[in-house]
Amino acid sequence: MMLLDIADLSRRFSSGGRDVAALSDVSLTLAPGETLGLAGASGSGKSTLARILLRLIPADGGTIHFEGKDWLTLSGAELRRRRAKMQMVFQDILGAFNPRATVASVLDDPLRIHEIVPKAERPGEIAALLERVGLPASYATRSIREVSGGQRQRIAIARAIATRPSLIVLDEAVSALDVSIRGKILELLVELQQERGIAYLFVSHDLAVLRAVSHRIAVMQAGRLVEIGTASQVIENPQSSAARALIAAVPRLVTGLPERHYYDV
Amino acid sequence: MSALCEIRGLSATYRGHPVPALTNIDLDIHAGERLAIIGESGSGKSTLARTIAGLLPAGARVRGEMRWSVGQAPLPGRDMGFVFQDPSASLNPVLTIGEQVAEGARRHLGLTWKAADQRALDMLERVRVPDPAKVLKAFPHQLSGGQRQRVAIAAALAASPGILIADEATSALDMIVQAEIVSLLDELVREAGMTLVFITHDVALASGFADRVAIFRGGELVEAGPVGAVLSVPENIYTKTLLASHRDLSTPPLIRETAT
Repeated sequence: MMLLDIADLSRRFSSGGRDVAALSDVSLTLAPGETLGLAGASGSGKSTLARILLRLIPADGGTIHFEGKDWLTLSGAELRRRRAKMQMVFQDILGAFNPRATVASVLDDPLRIHEIVPKAERPGEIAALLERVGLPASYATRSIREVSGGQRQRIAIARAIATRPSLIVLDEAVSALDVSIRGKILELLVELQQERGIAYLFVSHDLAVLRAVSHRIAVMQAGRLVEIGTASQVIENPQSSAARALIAAVPRLVTGLPERHYYDV
Repeated sequence: MSALCEIRGLSATYRGHPVPALTNIDLDIHAGERLAIIGESGSGKSTLARTIAGLLPAGARVRGEMRWSVGQAPLPGRDMGFVFQDPSASLNPVLTIGEQVAEGARRHLGLTWKAADQRALDMLERVRVPDPAKVLKAFPHQLSGGQRQRVAIAAALAASPGILIADEATSALDMIVQAEIVSLLDELVREAGMTLVFITHDVALASGFADRVAIFRGGELVEAGPVGAVLSVPENIYTKTLLASHRDLSTPPLIRETAT
């Protein structure tokens, strides 16, 4: 059975007197333990899709089935309970935390709210989560503002895996990080997936990042899904103009003589 | 190429910080070149840009020298233009695009408002903003991020400066818009014979069009030289690490696609 089944999802926004289709009849599926890369330029609708999936905004039409449940009709206690299974990691890692929080409180919240482990076991669980994402357990007492950007993103990942989710939505989760740290975070995500069977919906405008971790890649343009296939199919043999433009836009490392017109798309 | 600016023993320390953000930098900027300043967070690359531009905050201490070939430091706005990462922060939200692009031309080229407006229209055409006559009367919030950055470039170039400093000018844009803006900068700088100082964290982006690169780390200049030499035969271990961590579409993925 598919972990996630999105069918004919639509959403319109009115902007400056105009009615804009942010999402038009988007359908896609995600299997357990799979990574689907969702690529597209700004305004292509990929973040709208992620926000509807996370129930941050409603859809105008279409359905989402997550773990077999009609996800968009869930509400109240049932939605809260099932939300543990779908977590998220965003780009703006400082904005995603209470700035006055300590690392321990950031990780304690999901454990407490979703009753993952009894109270007495929570400090041990927090230490285990920190160690799992490559941070010393002593970090628990630090302020979230004291740690570096890369460490903060590790903490965001620890928070996401705390509730033992089956799906994590990653929205530009590594875009703000330095390249050397970016690679290590991607490696951590892959390790966690292999170890725990977590599926990822990885939203990014950077195909090089998506290529590194995605089994399949979906390309969006102007609110529509214009292409979907295995990562190698889409990268090596793109069918849509949107995919070709995204591929052409990835900077290539030129180590020979500089080619003057390299970036003309 | 002759040195436009010889930077010697340059250090900069922000007020209240015990550690300098930039330590003992020796670097030449050549007239007419595209110099890429490359580094990660905390490398000092933006501090260097601000020091060259004279835009360090009050209380910052600067030591060392910047020797300009013309004898005196270039006048910001007239001789030197700037483009920053966030175009919303460099544009005034309550002035029309036209006023902001025309302002530099009026002030530094001594044009009348009428002539400066015409100059602004020409500049918007040159940066290929669609429907420039309409954009002239628009406000920044009515444009997309990519269009705003085009406008910021038009404003920076309106007074025909000899030097353009671009500090992470494409980092907040999506990849497709980034490629367009880099191509535009490259073209404008080449046409005008300007000197471009391009500050970026992205070594691959710089490798596509820079003449020379300078690699920064922790406030120090690690290595500098022609782009081909530094990137194909890096001398420094850090440069090697930076190149090794670059990922593009030909880098082997971290996962194996499941057989379907």
